[in-house]
Amino acid sequence: MTTQPFFRQQSELLAERPPPAATSGVIGWVRANLFSGWLSTILTLLGVYMLWLLIPGLLDWAFFDADFHGDDRFACTSSGACWAWFDQRINQFLYGFYPSEQTWRVNVALALLIPALAPILFDKMPGAKHLRWFSLTYPVVATFLLIGGVGLEEVPTHKFGGFMLNVTVGLAGIVLSLPIGIVLALGRRSRMPIVRVLSLAFIEIFRGVPLITLLFVAAILLPMFLPPSFSLDLVVRVIVVVTAFASAYMAEVIRGGLQAVPRGQYEAASALGLGYWKTMGLIVLPQALKISIPGIVNTFIGLFKDTTLVIVIGLFDVLNIGRTMIANPDWLGLAVETQVFISLFFFVVCFSMSRYSVVLEQRLDTSNS
Amino acid sequence: MSTDQNQVAADAKPMIDIVGLNKWFGAFHVLREINLSVAPQERIVICGPSGSGKSTLIRCINRLEEHQEGSIVVDGTALTHDLKNIDAIRREVGMVFQQFNLFPHLTVLENCTLGPIWVRKTPKDEAEKIAMELLERVKIPEQANKYPGQLSGGQQQRVAIARSLCMKPNIMLFDEPTSALDPEMIKEVLDVMVDLAQTGMTMIVVTHEMGFASQVADRVIFMDAGQIVEQNTPDEFFNNPQSDRTKLFLSQILSH
Repeated sequence: MTTQPFFRQQSELLAERPPPAATSGVIGWVRANLFSGWLSTILTLLGVYMLWLLIPGLLDWAFFDADFHGDDRFACTSSGACWAWFDQRINQFLYGFYPSEQTWRVNVALALLIPALAPILFDKMPGAKHLRWFSLTYPVVATFLLIGGVGLEEVPTHKFGGFMLNVTVGLAGIVLSLPIGIVLALGRRSRMPIVRVLSLAFIEIFRGVPLITLLFVAAILLPMFLPPSFSLDLVVRVIVVVTAFASAYMAEVIRGGLQAVPRGQYEAASALGLGYWKTMGLIVLPQALKISIPGIVNTFIGLFKDTTLVIVIGLFDVLNIGRTMIANPDWLGLAVETQVFISLFFFVVCFSMSRYSVVLEQRLDTSNS
Repeated sequence: MSTDQNQVAADAKPMIDIVGLNKWFGAFHVLREINLSVAPQERIVICGPSGSGKSTLIRCINRLEEHQEGSIVVDGTALTHDLKNIDAIRREVGMVFQQFNLFPHLTVLENCTLGPIWVRKTPKDEAEKIAMELLERVKIPEQANKYPGQLSGGQQQRVAIARSLCMKPNIMLFDEPTSALDPEMIKEVLDVMVDLAQTGMTMIVVTHEMGFASQVADRVIFMDAGQIVEQNTPDEFFNNPQSDRTKLFLSQILSH
């Protein structure tokens, strides 16, 4: 045995053992994250105090001191929120001016969205392959249900309104902007000058102009240029403009993903003899889109919230319905209540998208699972 | 320099025939007047200092790099701008990269079946059967359903070799296949390559593994400054190098 201080012989390899109790489990987590030092302890206590101040007041306002029934705002006598408009107006918030005896069609379209989306969102689901055929036909089915014709009473799109209008425009925009964005992103990186310039021009024009301006163009300017026989429905024009706007953003998000795919991946695909479209479709895009998920969902969320901008061209989306209601003498001044209600709706939808993207990222993570 | 082997190579119809090849990166003359003829089943090792153009040369053979002057004929097909010829050559030529370049979003098995299914139009069942046989040959069939990110470097490189072999190529190009590996993993990859060489595959290997070169190569080519400085059988090349540049290179890489 040597006496050198650095040298120590170990007779056998050490066995594995669990981490010390203080760093794992609930107590370990609380200690490490909330009370790791005097500063974090003070901040934790301060945070708890703030919540203690805020939450009871919020609950009192929204529930315990609130009024839920009545014919107008004068029925609301307590100090909390006035939800009495709910009974009268909820249908308008949901469906706009859609004929009330036909609103079941909107509900059916919404219900069918679940089996249409599920096989796309969860590809390991049993039967996903067959249900995807339904997903493909869903846009046609939904359009038929909403607009009618052939056996169903026709509902002109200017009767669309409320959440239903936001969801229709938002969903159409989301479904269309992803593939268009992909094509634009590939076009911008194309070796063919014409394709590249056209893609670049589309992206820069639609990204460089405010959406409100584009909506005005769609609503007012386009009908002046296009021949009357070629008149597109206003809601369709809005969807086109919103899609174009979101596609431009989407293209740049996806281009970022494309640039993150290493050159070696293209070379390996080429060496195997794969052509451009197969290389893109099988090798590059699956990786690029995975990298781009946060940005893609970001764009989706932005697009969905931007659907409220249709207010500027006089469409009655949910925000406009709320605004109109609180201008009515019966419900004058209930801005906070309607805004809270509308915000809650948007938050639930957007937060769901965000949560799904987290799940998707985890599922697609192949680095070390 | 005209050994028996070179004579054989010249007599048989060459698998790869490169005549008067020149290539520039911008103004940099990276390949200068390369003439190289590779006989069927011949195994060639290319070595040389970094930046000498060895990788660029083999990347020209399957058109990952485009050359400006000279002609390359692979198994009777001339490499021109004609995309059909390029595709035909790429189907016949397998390539293994220094950085493996496996597709990280696909399992090992999917990596191996992608080419046969989408390029050769092999039915999926058959492609999977061939892939499993080749994974067996590179000794990692048990990893078939894992993703590349879960494998060690040596395992990944063996998968990359199997992936190329699944296309049933006539020629295999290796671009420094062991340079990115930890020392303990180099042997497992070299073993697979030696095994492959014994099956009669035409191989061009860019490597600094001189042990591999002397064991397997029919011919060792030394490149420097974009040109072929010297080529000979391994014995002659290592024991009796002709040019000063070769002697210096060998003394540098064999000194430790």
